[in-house]
Amino acid sequence: MKVTILLPLIAAFLAVPGFAQDLGEPLAEGGDVEDIVIDGEDTGDFDGPLRGTVTDESDWEDLGIAIPAFATDRERPTPANADGTGALGREIARVITSNLRNNGLFKPTGPDSLPNPSFAQITAPAYSSWNGRGAEMLVHGYVRARGDDRLVVGCYLYDVALQDELIREGWVVRPADWRRAAHKCSDLIYARLTGEDPFFDSRIAYIAETGPKDNRVKRLAVMDSDGANHRFLTLGSATALTPRYSPDYSKILYLSYVDGNPRIYVYDIGSGQQTLITENRNPTIAPRWAPDGQHILFSMAVAGNTDIYRVPVSGGNSTRLTDTPGIDIGGSYSPDGRQIVFESDRSGTQQCYVMNADGTNQRRITFFGGRCATPEWSPRGDQIAFTRIAGDFNVAVMTPAGRNLRVLTSGWQDEAPTWAPNGRIIQFFRTTRDAGRSSLWQVDLTGRNERRLPTPVDASDPAWGPIRP
Amino acid sequence: MTFSISKTAAAVILTSALTLGACSKKAPEELPPAPLTSTPAPTPAPTPAAPTGPVVGSQAHFEGAVGSSTVVYFDTDRFNIDSSDATALQAQAQYFARFPQLTFTIEGHTDERGTREYNLALGERRANSAKNYLVSLGVAPNRIRTVSFGKERPVALASNAGAWAQNRRAASIIIN
Repeated sequence: MKVTILLPLIAAFLAVPGFAQDLGEPLAEGGDVEDIVIDGEDTGDFDGPLRGTVTDESDWEDLGIAIPAFATDRERPTPANADGTGALGREIARVITSNLRNNGLFKPTGPDSLPNPSFAQITAPAYSSWNGRGAEMLVHGYVRARGDDRLVVGCYLYDVALQDELIREGWVVRPADWRRAAHKCSDLIYARLTGEDPFFDSRIAYIAETGPKDNRVKRLAVMDSDGANHRFLTLGSATALTPRYSPDYSKILYLSYVDGNPRIYVYDIGSGQQTLITENRNPTIAPRWAPDGQHILFSMAVAGNTDIYRVPVSGGNSTRLTDTPGIDIGGSYSPDGRQIVFESDRSGTQQCYVMNADGTNQRRITFFGGRCATPEWSPRGDQIAFTRIAGDFNVAVMTPAGRNLRVLTSGWQDEAPTWAPNGRIIQFFRTTRDAGRSSLWQVDLTGRNERRLPTPVDASDPAWGPIRP
Repeated sequence: MTFSISKTAAAVILTSALTLGACSKKAPEELPPAPLTSTPAPTPAPTPAAPTGPVVGSQAHFEGAVGSSTVVYFDTDRFNIDSSDATALQAQAQYFARFPQLTFTIEGHTDERGTREYNLALGERRANSAKNYLVSLGVAPNRIRTVSFGKERPVALASNAGAWAQNRRAASIIIN
C-alpha cells in the first residue's frame, strides 16, 4: 500500500534560515582528473588479472611490490610540494605504498628504502637491479609540471621476472589534487593485480565526536579514503548524525538537530548551503540515496510510528513504502535500484527485510537467532552487510537471500557497516564499553585484515562514497 | 489509499513558520523613550514576602511539585507504560492540570545497547507513549512536544544494566 503526502508548498515556507545552520566554510570544489595517454613500452593484449580475487586465500598477499620515488623530467617548483616536483614524486610513491600496506594488499616496499630511478628508466626499467630485491612487481612513475601549473603524473606497473610492462596510465591534475593521482595509481595497480574494481580514489563522510559521554559534540566531517584532506563541515553547536555522500559527491545527506528536532538535510558541497528534504513537523531520520542520485529514502516517525518513505531529491511528494505498526527504518538499494533491504521490528525484534523499490513484496530474510540492523547492500550486489546483534554487536555479511552469514568483527559494539566502492572492504564504527569512545575501523571480506582508520578525534557513522569521476 | 495534509494541519505548520520568522527578528537597537508623565508614581503596594521557591514555568518548580515523576523508565526495547510509569504520569497530569498555561517537551531516550538510527525511532516511540498517556489523562496534545535523542544523551555513563535502565527514559521538560 502506498500513501502519497503532498507537501511541496509547505516545504518552501520552512526553508531553514542561514543563521541557524551550524555550518562551517564550504569545501572548495575539487578539480577534475583528466586521463591522458603516456609513453611506454608496447604491451601485448591485456590478458586478465594475474591473481585471483582478494577473497581468495593469500597468494596475492605475498606479492612483493617495489615502489621507488616517481621521477621528474625537470625539477620545477609546484604548489603541491615546497621542495619541487622531485620531492612530490617521492611523496606520491609514499602514498601508494601506504595505501597498499594499510589495506593488507601485497608486500609493498616504499621509496625510502629503495634507489631512485632516473626519468629515462621510468619507461625502461633496470630490471636486473630490481631482481635482487625480492620484488616481483615494480611500480614506476613520473611527475611533470606543465606550463599551465597542472601536473602530469604517469604510473607504470612492471613484472620484474617477465621483464614486461603490465599496465600504464597517466593523469593531469591540479597541484591541490596531487594525492588523487597517487590514489589513481594505487587503484591501477590493485585492479590489474587482483582483477577487482578500484576503491582508493574515493572519500568518506563521517561524524567526528568530542567531549564527555553525556555531552558529546558530533560534527559532520569528510576525508579521503586514506584519511587525508580532512575537513569539518559543521561547527558542532547542533548534533549531526548519519551522513551519506551522493553518488556524484555533490551533496551529503545527514541528520541534524539544528532546529531542535532530528531532521534530514541535503548539504550542497559546492555552495555550502543546506535544505530540508521534507518538512511536516515530524522527525526524519536514516537518510539514504537511491543509486540514481535523484531520489532519497528516509524514515519518518508519525505519532511515534516510524516508516520508510521515498522523495525526489528536488523536493515534492513523498511516497510511503512501509506501513506496519512496528519501526521500519533505514534501507539500502540494490545496485540496480530495483530492491531495498531495510530493518523492521514488526516481528518483535530488529530483523532485515527485502522489498521491491515500490514497497511491494516485503519479506524477512534473517532468521539466525540474533537481530539484524543497519543492512547495507554491497555495490557489487552479491552481499548485504549488517550489524549483527547477538550479545555483542558485530559486523556480518550474508547473501541477499539471508544465507551464508559470516561474522567479520568481534568488538563489544561494532555497528553501521558501509561498503568500499568495490564491495571488497567494509568500514564501521566501534564503541568502547564504559568510556563510550568511538572510532572508525575497516575489515576486508576475509575478516582477517582489520584496522583502525586514523581520524583527528573520535569518529562514528562512516559513509564510504563511490569511486570519484 | 491517498491522503493529503489537511488544511488545518497546513495552517498550523504555516503559523509556526511565521512564528519562527517573528522570533528571528532582532530587538530594536534603541528602545523608544518612556512616556513622560506628570503624575507622581503611585506608591507601590506593599509586596508580599518574596517567594522563596522556584517560580511556576521553571523545571525546578515542576520537579519540586512531582519529584522524580518528571521521568518515566522503560524496559529493554519496550515502550509500554507500566504501573510505575502510570503513577508518575498521573502526577505529571495533575501538575499540568493545575498550571494549564504550561507547555512542555517529552524527550525520549534509549540505552546505548542499540544501533543509532533504530534508537532514534525507539526514543520517539517512548516519548509518544508517554504523551499519549498524558493525553488520555486530559492534558491537551498541543501542549506537548516530543523529541527523540535516541542513545545520544545518556544520564548514566557506565556500560552496565543499572546505567542502561536509567537511560531508557522519557523525560518531561518545561518549555520556558
